[in-house]
Amino acid sequence: MATNVKNDPNRRDFLYVTTAAVGAVGAAAAVWPLIDQMNPDATVKALASIEADISSIEVGQSVTFKWRGQPIFVRHRTPKEIADAIAVPLEDMIDPATDAERVVAGKEQWLVMVGICTHLGCVPQGQKPNEPKGEFNGWFCPCHGSHYDSAGRIRKGPAPKNLVLPPYEFLSDTLVKIG
Amino acid sequence: MRNIFSALALSVILAIPLPAMAAPSGVPAELQKWSFAGIFGTYDTNQLQRGFQVFQEVCSVCHGADLIAFRNLTEAGGPEFPESQIKQLASEYYIIDPELEEGERPAILADLWPSPYATERETREANNGALPPDFSVLAKARYIPRKFPLNFYDMARAYQEGGADYIYNVLVNYEDEPPYGVEIGDVQQYNAFLGGGITMMSPLMDELVEYDDSTVPLTVEQYAKDVSAFMYWMADPHLVSRKTIGLNVLIFLSVFALLMYLVKRRIWAGVKH
Amino acid sequence: MSSHSNYNPTNPVEKWFDERLPLIRFSKEHLMDFPTPKNINYWWTFGAVLAIMLVMQIVTGIILAMHYVPNIEMAFDSVEHIRRNVNYGRIIQGTHAVGASMFFFAVYIHMFRGLYYGSYKAPREILWILGVIIFLLMMATSFMGYVLPWGQMSFWGATVITNVFSAIPLVGNTILEFLVGGFVVDNPTLNRFFSLHYLLPFIIAAVVALHIWALHVPGNGNPTGVEVKSSADTVPFHPYYTMKDLFVIVVFFIPFAWFVFFAPDILGHADNYIRANPFITPAKIVPEWYLLPFYAMLRAVDFDLLFINAKLGGVIVMFGSILILMVLPWLDRSKTRSGNFRPMFRPFFWLFVLNFMMLMYLGAQAAEGIYVILSKVGTAYYFGYFLIILPILARIETPKPLPNSISESILDKYEAKALKQEKMRGEGNSEIQGKGGK
Repeated sequence: MATNVKNDPNRRDFLYVTTAAVGAVGAAAAVWPLIDQMNPDATVKALASIEADISSIEVGQSVTFKWRGQPIFVRHRTPKEIADAIAVPLEDMIDPATDAERVVAGKEQWLVMVGICTHLGCVPQGQKPNEPKGEFNGWFCPCHGSHYDSAGRIRKGPAPKNLVLPPYEFLSDTLVKIG
Repeated sequence: MRNIFSALALSVILAIPLPAMAAPSGVPAELQKWSFAGIFGTYDTNQLQRGFQVFQEVCSVCHGADLIAFRNLTEAGGPEFPESQIKQLASEYYIIDPELEEGERPAILADLWPSPYATERETREANNGALPPDFSVLAKARYIPRKFPLNFYDMARAYQEGGADYIYNVLVNYEDEPPYGVEIGDVQQYNAFLGGGITMMSPLMDELVEYDDSTVPLTVEQYAKDVSAFMYWMADPHLVSRKTIGLNVLIFLSVFALLMYLVKRRIWAGVKH
Repeated sequence: MSSHSNYNPTNPVEKWFDERLPLIRFSKEHLMDFPTPKNINYWWTFGAVLAIMLVMQIVTGIILAMHYVPNIEMAFDSVEHIRRNVNYGRIIQGTHAVGASMFFFAVYIHMFRGLYYGSYKAPREILWILGVIIFLLMMATSFMGYVLPWGQMSFWGATVITNVFSAIPLVGNTILEFLVGGFVVDNPTLNRFFSLHYLLPFIIAAVVALHIWALHVPGNGNPTGVEVKSSADTVPFHPYYTMKDLFVIVVFFIPFAWFVFFAPDILGHADNYIRANPFITPAKIVPEWYLLPFYAMLRAVDFDLLFINAKLGGVIVMFGSILILMVLPWLDRSKTRSGNFRPMFRPFFWLFVLNFMMLMYLGAQAAEGIYVILSKVGTAYYFGYFLIILPILARIETPKPLPNSISESILDKYEAKALKQEKMRGEGNSEIQGKGGK
């Protein structure tokens, strides 16, 4: 009788459970590379963060950098632009934010934003001297007429949010790491 | 006259790759002991760093490596240079970027190793009409032919380093004069390993490259070995991680096979078959 | 034999489902309960290995297609991109490339098993012919896949093999231009090869389904060649053969992993790491190892025969060497299936295996001197085996007596084993006694 139990192929004993567990671990380990290959590859990851050299940007000048396939606006603001931006009362804004929330303390002259209108994804104008800057001396999105001020905040038009700030940090006075 | 010259040049160019690709007919290859051979093999970081130095100071003047990014030089399982050092190195090279007003910018880690020449025409003009092959996968495009049954022996010991051996043997077998009766081209030098002429003049000589590590001899053999290892890494940059995973896979499969055998035997134990 | 399931849906959902789409019933019938001869040996496990290999090739292939670019300017670099930059790309690409070799290794074992045990004989002719079709599709798929990395061997392999079709009289060149989409192998060729390389595996999968269907009508053969007579001869497929097959698959993965992780390029050609160059032919053009026997036969014909020139003759011989397998069931009329009971057949069979390996070796050698002569001898034996030896053997051979049933043969085996053991034990005992005596 004992031998019969031992030879019953359907008996779940230690050997079968162990083998099934080991097989399951192996299968999971084999499946992971097949999934992970869809994640961003090394070339994409290598450009996940960029270092922008801002040393040559004059006061009152804007430069566009490319980061993760998107335009990054970097503006070297004039003292007047900074003062204007601080002076605006919060209740006048669609998406209220103080100027201090938009910049790094001590580096108020540098405004770093993703240059994509929060309405429907157009790239606003205002980076080049000859482009319209909108009614608030910042940026103007020509697609549907959104006006951004000198802190990149939405002041008029259909866009619901201020221009997005990317993650960034100053590596030095002249080098910004974006991403 | 010019046409005749170009025709001659062309015929030389077309003929050159043939001896390089055909089985070498000269002296037999001296197979080297590579740190990355076998299933436990890994790259010797110091050797790759020295090999990179030889590549940068000597080879890269004529040869490109257009699949290699600067960031690769910092990655694990490679030469593993400090990131700051390679960042600095990259910034000394310029990358053509049509999106920029200036048309070019200093290279960053993500950029590919810039070619030494802009166009193929420029390359040939600078190299006696020859086209120095790109280094990215060269160590896998070359091999030491192995006859049956040696080829099965190679499979059993996972010998993949034929390309590195080939490059090493080319580099150390240059001779000033071809042996009597062997004809080589005007712009060629005799190579005893290839058993014929090669348009690349002997690129190495003793004490050509100054290594930081004073214990490493400054000889052609040492340079050749280091740069061959470096070229093998360029061709197979993930070798170390792949072999590490492979060992785990083999251990897993062996255990699982044993368990499956026991399961199979248990299931069949009651059946006469 | 069509209904051998004891599937009784118990809960109402299963029952509802079973009345509308009896998928579970079908799976249980064909994957679990299917009665399979007790005595089939390890050579029979390679069918399951092949099924797994097909799935692996399709899965890794779909992944590679997510990153690959079928354009002559970018194909080579995109494959290198996969190896260098895609997460686990080197391993996935290596698995696909080595997988092709392992696939063919398994298919050759599977086919030689069929040749030895007479698996092609009635009532399994269709099963065998479907297998030959799968083999042909595999060859086409692997050939086109090898073109995709667009290295030197890719390009020149494609050039040489498509030029085979130019040997067809009158319309050869028209067909060649049609196949490559131009005057030479170029971007249109790469594009269509990529498309077809993606398509064909699914056609293979469909033919495999037919293959298994055709297998499940008469059921498996077995080493005795005696058909199943009663349920005493069989065991259910699951768990007996699922677990046995799984064990072999795991063992099969060990050399597979060896190549993928430690020598992923050793089965390929170094020249394929050189970008395709339409103006420089590599010194030595050799197909992948698994196509070498057929390549050797192609080259063995270097003489004109009547109105057939050497080129056309070679092509006819090469295609003939595979097509002849299709009519094999009608060439070998011996009533005895299994080679185990055919004493005269066996030496010729093993010579055929050796000859096939010799052709494989010759396919990789330069077409000169002794190699050409040996290739001709090998080709002659390959065809002679099918066209002369097998038909004659069927007439003159006296097979050994067959067992009455599978169970009987198993019993005989066990009796013989027991007898032998007893004998050995007897000898061992006497030896020990002898020692003790001293």
